[in-house]
Amino acid sequence: MNNTDISDVVYSCDIPAERPWSRVLRKGQTLRIIDSEGQQAVDALLYCADGPAERYSSQDTLRAQGSAYIELGTRLISNKGRVMARITADTCGRHDTSAGCCSCESNAVRFGEATKYQHACRENFILELSKHGLTKRDIVSNLNFFMNVPIDPSGKFTVVDGISAPGNYVDVTADMDVLFVISNCPQVNNPCNGFNPTPIRVVVRDAPGL
Amino acid sequence: MTRTSQEIAANRQRYEELRAAGQELTPKGLPEPTALDGAPILPDAVIHREHVPPGWYTTVRLHRGEALRLVDDTGRSSISLIGWCEEDASERINCADTVKVQWSAAISKGRIILSDMGRVLFSLIEDTSGAHDLLVGGSTPGSSRATFGATTRNTQDNFLAAGSKIGLDIRDIPPCVTFFAPVSLDDSGRFLWREGCKQPGDFVDLRAEMNLIIVASNCPHPLDPARPVASGPVTLIRHRVPQAVPDDLCRTASPEAARAFAFTDRLFA
Repeated sequence: MNNTDISDVVYSCDIPAERPWSRVLRKGQTLRIIDSEGQQAVDALLYCADGPAERYSSQDTLRAQGSAYIELGTRLISNKGRVMARITADTCGRHDTSAGCCSCESNAVRFGEATKYQHACRENFILELSKHGLTKRDIVSNLNFFMNVPIDPSGKFTVVDGISAPGNYVDVTADMDVLFVISNCPQVNNPCNGFNPTPIRVVVRDAPGL
Repeated sequence: MTRTSQEIAANRQRYEELRAAGQELTPKGLPEPTALDGAPILPDAVIHREHVPPGWYTTVRLHRGEALRLVDDTGRSSISLIGWCEEDASERINCADTVKVQWSAAISKGRIILSDMGRVLFSLIEDTSGAHDLLVGGSTPGSSRATFGATTRNTQDNFLAAGSKIGLDIRDIPPCVTFFAPVSLDDSGRFLWREGCKQPGDFVDLRAEMNLIIVASNCPHPLDPARPVASGPVTLIRHRVPQAVPDDLCRTASPEAARAFAFTDRLFA
């Protein structure tokens, strides 16, 4: 199925490179995130729309699943143990939730102090969350769609070249009303974006995931 | 803004150099684990000693120049832990940055735990096991119901109770590190519990690099196959230690650690 075939579309938008986005998904709606040009990491946070103190939890999600990567069928679990959403389609096959988002501060530690003054996902998240009355305090360990971070049995943890091709997509179907927040990752210091951030596209439809 | 091919090539080269240093050079320089009878604490360095029973938690204010020894007295316990900067609780433990910056989800003697602000919360200056978890987190009401059929005392509720007593709430509970929890994973990404990595008397020393509030929860790790009998008392010893000198093993473990220490030192300059 290509992107023009999907029915029941209620919203679509191109998110430019390096920019944030947010929207409330109603229960049963499906958000398709399309990696338009390939190899583009998409950082994402979810909050319960009725009470954002309940939010996505990476550790609860991984514990419930028993494995380390986000993939087709993964249930995204909140800090109160509830299913917020699930992955209902995936043409990429590899997504991360252990590496967090880039920040000016962590970039300076990882890549040297000169990178402190580069745009970063946490800057995006802070500004986008401020529209919803939320702050840095509300930023938790996030999802990284299309980001390839293998963890080997010895614990070796590496951001490597993304495997998503142009047009690859992932569908996230909401199990409750959720505020879905995206940072289209600006990182240029590691391979998560092929060292060259590009636009993505989001499509919301009423039909549940296939 | 599209990057030029020269910029991309230069950034890729720097990344590969950092990766090689972080995954090949740094691990070779890390120290051996502390011996079970090593690193005794002199009696006059002890500030406070606390015994935490199974299922319970304690809150410790730990200042720069102090360390917290966590002791798994029976070899059956795990200790889940979070921490905040005492002066600004919005700065807090960040497990994702900790593994990403150190190129490893495995921490052991010589490693650091980072805050979300690119600073060092604490350093692992002593560690007998190197068997700790940064990925899966502690027990929750849901995980205890799944295991025991009923909600038992659990780490998530302990963190909420401890946080509430210092004016914090569920928004302030970040992902945690769990000590004495030998979590690994197989080639397909399934989590595993490594047997034979826990002994009675295992300990770690966490040296505070800034002024901290720490909550430690003594609950079985949700992947420990020995739960619910996986429980016993643990001992926490707050003690005075020298601050990190220029050639400190944690500070010099990697270029990333050196930068994180330098940024932390600026808070106290």
